[in-house]
Amino acid sequence: MSDTQLASSPLVTGEIRAGVPKVDPILVADGVTRQFGGLTAVDVEHVEIPRGAITALIGPNGAGKTTFFNLLTGFDKPNTGTWTFEGSNLAGVPAFRVARKGMVRTFQLTKSLGRLTVLENMLLGAKEQPGESMLRALVPALWRSRESQIRERAEELLVRFKLDAKRDDYAASLSGGQRKLLEMARALMSEPTLVMLDEPMAGVNPALTQSLLGHILDLKEQGMTVLFVEHDMHMVRHISDWVIVMAEGRIVAEGPPDRVMSDQAVIDAYLGAHHDTDLGSLTEADRAALRAEAEAELEPGTEEKR
Amino acid sequence: MDWGSIIGNAAGELISPTTAAYALAAIGLSVHFGYAGLLNFGQAGFMAVGAYAFAITTLELGWPVWLAILAAIVASVVFAFVLGVPTLRLRADYLAIVTIAAAEIVRFVVSTVNLTAITGGSQGLSGFARGFDALNPFGDARFGFGPWTYSGEQWWVRVFGWGLVLLATVIVFLLMRSPWGRVVKGIREDEDAVRSLGKNVYSYKMQALVLGGVFGSLAGVVFILPRAVQPGNYGTALTFFIWTALLLGGAATVFGPIVGAMIFWAVLSLTNGVIVGLRDAGVLPFISTTQAGQIRFILVGLALMLLVVFRPQGIFGNKKELSFNV
Repeated sequence: MSDTQLASSPLVTGEIRAGVPKVDPILVADGVTRQFGGLTAVDVEHVEIPRGAITALIGPNGAGKTTFFNLLTGFDKPNTGTWTFEGSNLAGVPAFRVARKGMVRTFQLTKSLGRLTVLENMLLGAKEQPGESMLRALVPALWRSRESQIRERAEELLVRFKLDAKRDDYAASLSGGQRKLLEMARALMSEPTLVMLDEPMAGVNPALTQSLLGHILDLKEQGMTVLFVEHDMHMVRHISDWVIVMAEGRIVAEGPPDRVMSDQAVIDAYLGAHHDTDLGSLTEADRAALRAEAEAELEPGTEEKR
Repeated sequence: MDWGSIIGNAAGELISPTTAAYALAAIGLSVHFGYAGLLNFGQAGFMAVGAYAFAITTLELGWPVWLAILAAIVASVVFAFVLGVPTLRLRADYLAIVTIAAAEIVRFVVSTVNLTAITGGSQGLSGFARGFDALNPFGDARFGFGPWTYSGEQWWVRVFGWGLVLLATVIVFLLMRSPWGRVVKGIREDEDAVRSLGKNVYSYKMQALVLGGVFGSLAGVVFILPRAVQPGNYGTALTFFIWTALLLGGAATVFGPIVGAMIFWAVLSLTNGVIVGLRDAGVLPFISTTQAGQIRFILVGLALMLLVVFRPQGIFGNKKELSFNV
């Protein structure tokens, strides 16, 4: 670990290391583990997400990022662990209640609702709609005013995300990038405090990536906290205030982007711990150890599971 | 061939109580499948539950008509919960398997010999419609015009049946343009996405299952008013005829199930008339009367195949909705 880097940051209390306590955490997780058969996909001892900042969760394929996301948002159940969001316990809380508390997520594989129009997709995102109760739905007078309120907000967001021209088209007719934008805009309809984006930039062209990055920065400016999953470390460097690195289910490092990029644990996680060892100079014992390690990694089912 | 009577019969089917029952059951199925994406292959089970609840409470307990109808509704709500509680948290195909099995279980239970005292066993039940007939406001005289000339009692069954169809249509229309309908349609598209937006998906699916099931149960009541309750009527064939009517009209449309049911019965009556007519005229001498009755169902199957190939969205469906592979 490089000692020339700053050893502290305004976001944390104490020295920077994996699991460091934050000055003002919005989400705190403890001892969260998730096993798929014999494989431990997630094993997070302690992590805190700073409020009002953009935090990136990075790591190689199969590191357990998405699984951790699913656990935090109630889409999957952990074997052990607790976590709190703004001080209230969220372990075992179903996904829809997590969202109602103000912690809204998007998905790695975009989930636009194809045979609903873009505007309907947006309206679905809003909270506290009286017309969503079956009996009240029968009497439009009971939900008209709320409906026009959220419609107004939806129109604003569609303009901001440049989707207003598409408002009456089926979401299925949008391009992949537009669906990403729609999903993010739809999540904002619920006026969340923590936005969790699962690979928002995956499969998006460079121009749209720039626009997505801009939107993520916008979220922070409006006072929201952002946690997003990403593979690409360089994408992360531009916008994030804090980076958490996962590998093999654990949190191996965290810190401000520049510091994390030069961290030996991160380089090991991405490139493999032995990438700079000359294989010719290994002793027999080294080879045996490496072989055992490789075999352990080759065990079936080590791919990241959803 | 007597074209007058063939066409007259087909026209009569357009507003027959059986057509009304099919339309009502298809509206229930459109709530399940068309709007909420629930694969219910046991609508015949809901109809049987409604029919038996109505007949048994009338015959055994002597309940008045309105109370017996209420019993049919309550029975179908319970049935929907029994089906939904274990399956709605699972993938859609599990509900399909459970509903098809549950409908068969209902049919076998009511035709059990040991229950003959209550359900009439394989003979079924009859004589439960007296209370309903007594409410007939139209008197005994025959009236109407053309092929639609019926006795007052026959009119009463038709008005009651189509009145329920109208009521169900209005309810579905109001619900599906409300935020409730938006959530339900969202669940059809992707339930995880809707869950991530803070909606209790399980509860909405249950509500949709109950609502469509109640319509199915009322369809069962309308279905038996002009006839006896026969356990044999509630086989899987009934479920698939209702699916045919629904897909014919368009699954997620307001009028699709009604028009689908009308066309289904009119065409069934028409083909039967034509085939029997051709046989009597000696054009198809190798066909027996029984076979003539079966050939029309072969034609229905053929029509359904052609429909799915050439007009998958149904008559009222929006082509655009199905042009996406979602």
